[in-house]
Amino acid sequence: MAEPLLDIRGLKTWFKTDDGMVRAVDGVDLHIDRGETLGVVGESGCGKTVTARSVLKLIDMPPGRFEEGKILWQGRDLIPLEQDEMNKIRAREIAIIFQEPMTSLNPVYTVGDQIAEVIELHQKLSRKQAMAGAAEMLRLVNIPNPQRRVNDYPHQFSGGMRQRVMIAMALSCQPKLLIADEPTTALDVTIQAQILELMQEMKERFGMAIMLITHAMGVVAETCQRVTVMYAGKVVEEAPVEALFGNPRHPYTQGLIRSIPRVDRAAEKKQRLEAIAGTVPSLLDPPPGCRFASRCKFAMDVCTQAMPPLKEVGPGHYVRCVL
Amino acid sequence: MIPSLLGISIVLFSLLAMAPGDPFEELATNPAIPPEVRANLRAKFGLDDPVWMRYWHWLIAMMQGDWGFSFVSRMDVSTLILQRLPVTLVVIGASQILAIAVALPVGVLAATRPYSLFDQIANTFAFIGFSLPTFFTGLVLILIFSIQLDWLPFVYRADISATGWAFYWEHIKQSIMPVTVLGLFQGAALVRFVRSSVLDVIRLDYVTTARSKGIGERKVITKHVVRNALIPVVTLVALQMPIVFGGAVVTEQIFRVPGIGSLLISAMLANDTPVVMGVTFVSACLVVLFNLIADILYGWLDPRIAFR
Repeated sequence: MAEPLLDIRGLKTWFKTDDGMVRAVDGVDLHIDRGETLGVVGESGCGKTVTARSVLKLIDMPPGRFEEGKILWQGRDLIPLEQDEMNKIRAREIAIIFQEPMTSLNPVYTVGDQIAEVIELHQKLSRKQAMAGAAEMLRLVNIPNPQRRVNDYPHQFSGGMRQRVMIAMALSCQPKLLIADEPTTALDVTIQAQILELMQEMKERFGMAIMLITHAMGVVAETCQRVTVMYAGKVVEEAPVEALFGNPRHPYTQGLIRSIPRVDRAAEKKQRLEAIAGTVPSLLDPPPGCRFASRCKFAMDVCTQAMPPLKEVGPGHYVRCVL
Repeated sequence: MIPSLLGISIVLFSLLAMAPGDPFEELATNPAIPPEVRANLRAKFGLDDPVWMRYWHWLIAMMQGDWGFSFVSRMDVSTLILQRLPVTLVVIGASQILAIAVALPVGVLAATRPYSLFDQIANTFAFIGFSLPTFFTGLVLILIFSIQLDWLPFVYRADISATGWAFYWEHIKQSIMPVTVLGLFQGAALVRFVRSSVLDVIRLDYVTTARSKGIGERKVITKHVVRNALIPVVTLVALQMPIVFGGAVVTEQIFRVPGIGSLLISAMLANDTPVVMGVTFVSACLVVLFNLIADILYGWLDPRIAFR
């Protein structure tokens, strides 16, 4: 098998707080192959965003710190890299877009400026060429009137448009991997579909891989080839998307799938939406054993004694559960 | 701007009219001068007219460029002010520049390394700096640099006989202490403000975006953080202008700087109403002017504020 594009092995990103170490990411393994879309799902606070930001080393240190693990980018570990080495990878090879398009752009510079800044930096172009490139990127992400809009400020764009600008900025150096950290969570439903469609289109055009972080299972079903399910700083299940939805093995994954709202069922059978009871356990000194045990319907004695290992249950389908 | 200046002048004028004291007080105690002379003088200057009428006269005259004349020195108020104003403007201007030149780099550096040794030292000095009043630091500086070391003159002189470079050198030498005292006092408060403003901006999403673009940390700070952090700082500097003028009055007294501060004090002690009115009104104009400059700076720093 070819070397994966990105291979995260046993990554532990911990945060030092006054109460002790918060183990936000506690031994995560995941990999992304060239050109594929990997969905990373899980509820709020399970470590998805910290994993994503760790890849680009955008974690504030202190309080954060890489406790263990490797982030292999095309076989090269990113963790020991110096700041300026890292800056050559950011945007040029790995780009990221964030959850909040309203606050992700600097309010005092025009969007053209902000896109051109990346192009100028990484492609060593003149200001003028970079601005032309920025307008071209805006056109690619379907912003009407790109020649004029490059000179507008972020506050003159709506949320959906700003996310398009962010995508334009992220793709301006044709990265090999786009990390999309809940790109549609802050947008309303109709815009969400447009943004996902745009990302799909861009992927086909540039052939990059996407790491799509989300908590919307519907989005995953629609766009991803493989899915990694995270819970409390750990990967609990990893599978090709059909296998995950067809045969979810981990009780947490089953719960996530059952909690997808279904308009038809709600309207016809008056079926209540199922929720997973309880909340994510504290990541300060988590207990040994399966972290989901306290919320799991099938929990047994062994579950609280030792963390079950990831085991293969089908081709490319791994699950961290004793069942 | 015009309405606010009109309002300020009305308030000033009524306050001064209500203040006790009579510029011709000494004439009353002088037995050689009959009381009719004093009454005639009062009538001649319109001092017995109702306040609104006096204000009206003052306003009309002022708009024609006639600011009245000093009861004491018999010189035109405008001449007096023009004589004194440049010195004050130079001292205040230089001290503000010093304050900003110190506070910006120190505040930004302290914020990029919060709780580091540099940050703690900067904070300590800032606390000391704005806890000590200017009249105290002024006297300490005079004690050290003028009396002990004899490096700098402690009385500011307007009548320097030297010419050419020597003239400027003397002026610089005598300005160093007043400018330092005022500048560091202002700068100390500003350091704290710049630091907290930068700390507020540095954790915002768009700064993370900037980092994710692969821009070097130095450029992230100078391009993406500082400009945003400056917006509230501009407000503070503009709002502090009246305090700076107040501080300048005190500092001018200590160093005997012949600026409008000392003119104001001597005029007040002599009940010289036209001069007091003139000086306070000029200060008010300057404060309003600085606010206008702040507004223009806002528009330049923050495109969300449009000029219209």
